[in-house]
Amino acid sequence: MTDERVPDIKSTRFRLTDYALIAMMILPILACIVLKVLFTPASEGVHIAGALVFAEFEAPLMNAYISESQVNSWAVMISIFGLCLYLTHGLTAKAVCKRQLAAEWIVEKCEKLVRDNMGGFFAEWGPFIAAIMGLSAFSSLICLLGLFSPTGDVNVTFGWAILVFILIMHFKFRGGLWNYFIGLFKPIPVFAPMNLIGEFATPVSMAFRHYGNILSGAVISALIGSALTGLSNSLLGWLPSVLGDMPLLRVGLPAILSIYFDVFSGVMQAFIFAMLTMLNISGAVPWDDWNKKRERRGKEALSAN
Amino acid sequence: MLELAMGIMLGLLGLGAGCAMIAGIGPGIGEGNAVAKACEAIGRQPECKSDVTSTMIMGCAIAETTGLYGLIVAILLIFVAPGTFTGILMNAIGK
Repeated sequence: MTDERVPDIKSTRFRLTDYALIAMMILPILACIVLKVLFTPASEGVHIAGALVFAEFEAPLMNAYISESQVNSWAVMISIFGLCLYLTHGLTAKAVCKRQLAAEWIVEKCEKLVRDNMGGFFAEWGPFIAAIMGLSAFSSLICLLGLFSPTGDVNVTFGWAILVFILIMHFKFRGGLWNYFIGLFKPIPVFAPMNLIGEFATPVSMAFRHYGNILSGAVISALIGSALTGLSNSLLGWLPSVLGDMPLLRVGLPAILSIYFDVFSGVMQAFIFAMLTMLNISGAVPWDDWNKKRERRGKEALSAN
Repeated sequence: MLELAMGIMLGLLGLGAGCAMIAGIGPGIGEGNAVAKACEAIGRQPECKSDVTSTMIMGCAIAETTGLYGLIVAILLIFVAPGTFTGILMNAIGK
């Protein structure tokens, strides 16, 4: 690696690219805030509602929507993409940029987590798990900016859970369709309906767990905010005009609660969603059946030769 | 008459939402047990604190699921069901 071209991190071109990538991180979120401000209806009092609907189309089965959760999750995806490009910009063997250390730390931690929890066969699944975890964590944290968290919409988390369900099914069928079908009737045939429900309960519980945690945090925050507004109106309403109208008691306490409900809960649910994805996928592989199938195929190939 | 019917309906929906949140008791007891056992395990073997903690948090998250089902039922009863049931009531009356 002696002839490697070391990028000049002081050059104008490098800096301009950096600024472009930072803009790529920030601009989608700003656009979301502008959209939210433009579309929010003027309302009084406590306002607990789902995602705003920006546009609606005619479609055969039911009307198709473009809602806030879709727009926000695409903004988060573009933003994370910009962050990844920014962290890997100017990547060299000798680490001239400090950000390379952060990128290496993330990759190493993620690969270690995947190898510890999924085993050697799935050692290359790091990017997928990191993508799920990053998207989930940043989608939940976006509510710190006053935007609607996409994970507070059941459609978003259900989409992710269905993706995981398809992967689980893909690995369960590796041992052969017939073996999977027989496996439903174990240990006794009476258990077949329960086993079948258990198969479908995995994505449902994953989706509802994530959605319920984020939504409950949002609902409790809104309730506490409205309660403090009412309290300060009744207690401090005698103050002169502008001060009396302001909900002064709302300063402080909601921010402290938000550390638990928004930051801790959001990051924790992202970790748990990724963890359950790893455990479910790696636990779905029927190793015995699959190895038998591979041995049989190998023998057939040998006898054919 | 209509006011009475609407009042009974909305009151019962609120009561139902409150009853659904009784589901919160189970996860509370379960998670308390899990954390107590995790503390015992860490006291016995302080060197495997990180493993025990991560396993405990996973277990707590899974034990929480039933409580969250109750929460989702309560939220549906408060925010979604009144509109649906009002529509059904109006249809039945014929307005």
